[in-house]
Amino acid sequence: MHEMGIAQQLVTIALDAIPDDIENPRVEKLNLRIGKLAAVVEHSLSFCLEVISKDTPLEGAELVIDAVPVCLRCESCEHEWQTDTPAFGCPACKDGQVTMISGREIEISSIELADD
Amino acid sequence: MEINIQKRVLEKNESDADRNRAFFKEKQVFVLNMMSSPGSGKTETLCRTLEQLMPDIRVGVIVGDICTTNDADRLSVTGAKVTQINTDQFGGDCHLAAHLIESSARSLGCDDLDLLIVENIGNLVCPAEFDIGEDARAVVLSVTEGEDKPLKYPLMFQVADAAILNKIDLLPYLDFDAALAVENMGKVHPGMPVFELSAKTREGMEPWLSWLRTKVKEKLG
Repeated sequence: MHEMGIAQQLVTIALDAIPDDIENPRVEKLNLRIGKLAAVVEHSLSFCLEVISKDTPLEGAELVIDAVPVCLRCESCEHEWQTDTPAFGCPACKDGQVTMISGREIEISSIELADD
Repeated sequence: MEINIQKRVLEKNESDADRNRAFFKEKQVFVLNMMSSPGSGKTETLCRTLEQLMPDIRVGVIVGDICTTNDADRLSVTGAKVTQINTDQFGGDCHLAAHLIESSARSLGCDDLDLLIVENIGNLVCPAEFDIGEDARAVVLSVTEGEDKPLKYPLMFQVADAAILNKIDLLPYLDFDAALAVENMGKVHPGMPVFELSAKTREGMEPWLSWLRTKVKEKLG
């Protein structure tokens, strides 16, 4: 249940990003990028966020998640590929050392504030 | 109005982990993060490991658990310096974050240690996400679980530097296919060393101990 820790950090980062001169800000959307290998369960994260954002400008904010695919690169033959299974061996040369290019992100891209 | 942020959500943990790394470098201590599901025999493996490594290598252990000090009590018998982190008495965090390691490592000292082992909370999901400033990660899988665990929890096996397949003394009584389990670990993390052993009977312990001794030596120089 690391979603609670993630939600807490999300709230901290989002609140810090709201300019001080906006009166009664209300966050409508939280735009995130989450890697498919990051083991973040969307409905758990949204539940945690709902609980801890109560009485803050983030209360009721919608989570918009851009799912980032798992992309790998083989250090031996430099082949790059995308996978949706947990088999990370290089399909080109079958060799060992593989680097993950994407798939582990847990990032906040932006927040959208209500205009009113 | 859209406000652009572009920040890693776990940035705070990552900076805490970097601070830990600097502290461990200054103290000249190698840090191993041991992870597994509950009941894989992590504590038993550590008890047998410590018996063999000490007194040549001075070892300290930070044990993470949701509640109880049972594991810390077992490990203290080896003579190692042991400290316990409980995340909550009745259900807290299921992983150790970097800031918890920082306070425990500082209270443990580290001046007279060569190796600090962090026995993480039994869980194959969350601990894989949290960098604690360690030098290496080891994951323990046991033959009473399932050959497909690496495929079900790929991140844990992807981030590990070594794996232990424990309780091999039970293989004659189970349908567990050890070769398939090792093959699955290789699919998720090609080239990762896998040590097949029984902490209970001590069979197969030496290659694992040798790997760990080498890692400690590499850092201490």
